[in-house]
Amino acid sequence: MKIAVCVKRVPDMDVRFRIAADSTSVDEAGLKFDINDFDAWAVEAALQLRDKNAGSEVTAISLGPDVVQETIRKALSMGVDKGVQLKADKVPFDGLAVAKALAEELKTGGYDLILFGKMSPDSSNGVVGAMVAELLGMPAVTAISSLEIADGKGKAKRELEGAQEFVEFPLPAVLTVDEGLNTARLPSLKGIMAAKKKPLEVKQAQIPQSQLTVRKLELPPERKAGRVVGEGASAVPELVKLLQTEAKVL
Amino acid sequence: MANVFALVETRAGEVRKVGLEAVTAARMLADKFGGEVHALLLGPPGIAGKAAQLGQHGADVVAVVEHAALNNYNPEVAAATAAERIKSGGYRAAVFSTTAQGRDLAPRVAARLGASIVTDVLSFEVEGDVVVVRHPMNIGKVIATIAMSGTPAVIAMRPNVIAPAQNAKAGRVENVQPAVDPASTKVKVVETKQGSGGKLDLAEAPVVVAGGRGLKAAENFKLVEDLASAFGNAAVGATRAVTDDGWRPHSDQIGQTGRLVSPELYIAVGISGAVQHLAGMRTSKTIVAVNKDKDAPIFKVADYGIVGDVFEVIPALTEAVREAKKHH
Repeated sequence: MKIAVCVKRVPDMDVRFRIAADSTSVDEAGLKFDINDFDAWAVEAALQLRDKNAGSEVTAISLGPDVVQETIRKALSMGVDKGVQLKADKVPFDGLAVAKALAEELKTGGYDLILFGKMSPDSSNGVVGAMVAELLGMPAVTAISSLEIADGKGKAKRELEGAQEFVEFPLPAVLTVDEGLNTARLPSLKGIMAAKKKPLEVKQAQIPQSQLTVRKLELPPERKAGRVVGEGASAVPELVKLLQTEAKVL
Repeated sequence: MANVFALVETRAGEVRKVGLEAVTAARMLADKFGGEVHALLLGPPGIAGKAAQLGQHGADVVAVVEHAALNNYNPEVAAATAAERIKSGGYRAAVFSTTAQGRDLAPRVAARLGASIVTDVLSFEVEGDVVVVRHPMNIGKVIATIAMSGTPAVIAMRPNVIAPAQNAKAGRVENVQPAVDPASTKVKVVETKQGSGGKLDLAEAPVVVAGGRGLKAAENFKLVEDLASAFGNAAVGATRAVTDDGWRPHSDQIGQTGRLVSPELYIAVGISGAVQHLAGMRTSKTIVAVNKDKDAPIFKVADYGIVGDVFEVIPALTEAVREAKKHH
């Protein structure tokens, strides 16, 4: 089985972000970057499938400047067989532009499965996987939380609002991965050493003109400081009164 | 043409509140463009009977696809039908909802149209020919203003940011055929397991009661469920720690990797307020927190906090809410 996993380099979210001087990007000074969590779960899913199906191969693909090679190496150190960097000065916000650049690369690969994380926390748009599927004319199942592949067919579970959906699909297919599918393995020391020798091909990305322009980024207004109404069950009547008269939500 | 398209979500033969919000948003856009709102409704036989309310909210035309196989969402049928309608209608903008269904559907439709898309839209304006939207990035810690120059501008609204408004238009119903046969789709839904019956959806519920590790055990979630049922219009959510431990399904998780909610009232029960959780609920209008640790970060975002044992405070609050509801 030939499997592709598209991975994105994203900043750690557990920080206070600053807006860069151009006011249209985040100041990257001091930020730590790593593979998007959802993409790491997609890598894990690919590796598990490869290990169950003899003769399989997993390719990690990332779009962006040379720093994304770190993210590809991370996937290689987890056990992915080879990497492709689609070289671009920056990753546009426009998911359609990203999807077109990825689809251009993916369409020639003869992949049985193409995996994505369901979204990335930085752009928080969550559209690229489904768009690639449509551009390639492949069946897609998004936000899966279970997966089985056998005899050229797949079964997956999706969490919907208030319901779970069980679907069957033919290969080749595009899947996007939700939390809960698996726990991503950590790279072993051996894996990290091996990753250095694995092939990482660099190709020029073909990114079309974007139809979306980020005009400005802002920090959201801080929530006004809250207040502690009281301690223990005796504070309940006061809370209920505030919910009725002040917040007007009861 | 300056008409605007709205996809109206349904579930089990009913129009969802987000569907009314999508029509309301489309009406606001169409009024700025000087055009009409054309809504699309897909569902099982009988769904046409739900079309009239869309006229009340501002739809000039409601295209209805009725098919026995459409009791559940069918991505391929919905995407093909919506894309075909939008292409033939020459719309200036198309409005979807940022729900599990909308997150799946909207990018598929946009890709078929060769159109760019912004999801989780908080608000929008029209400047001449350009739709300008606000969209949260970096788990809501940054807000982007994005100009959409392409046609149509495809947007998916965050639930609960626009209240469904009355703005009666003709709401002329047209029956249309699905663009592909539901029996011929490549992906087959073999089973749908509904959650606990009639449960309100997290993204749409006006009140969300969420529980964390402070509840100590899965069975103690009953406290949270009881409080939610005392409100009558509340959904139950959970933190990642709780869903990771299997106390609740992953679909209940509120946070960076889970669901984003912005209800009128959010009640955090035994939740410390990790960054990953705050990312999913900080835009709630009123936040209440009950936690025994007075230094818990949740108190920094809570409008009202009670420091105390959830096993004492929550039953008392449940009782008080029940009393208050009785007098309404």
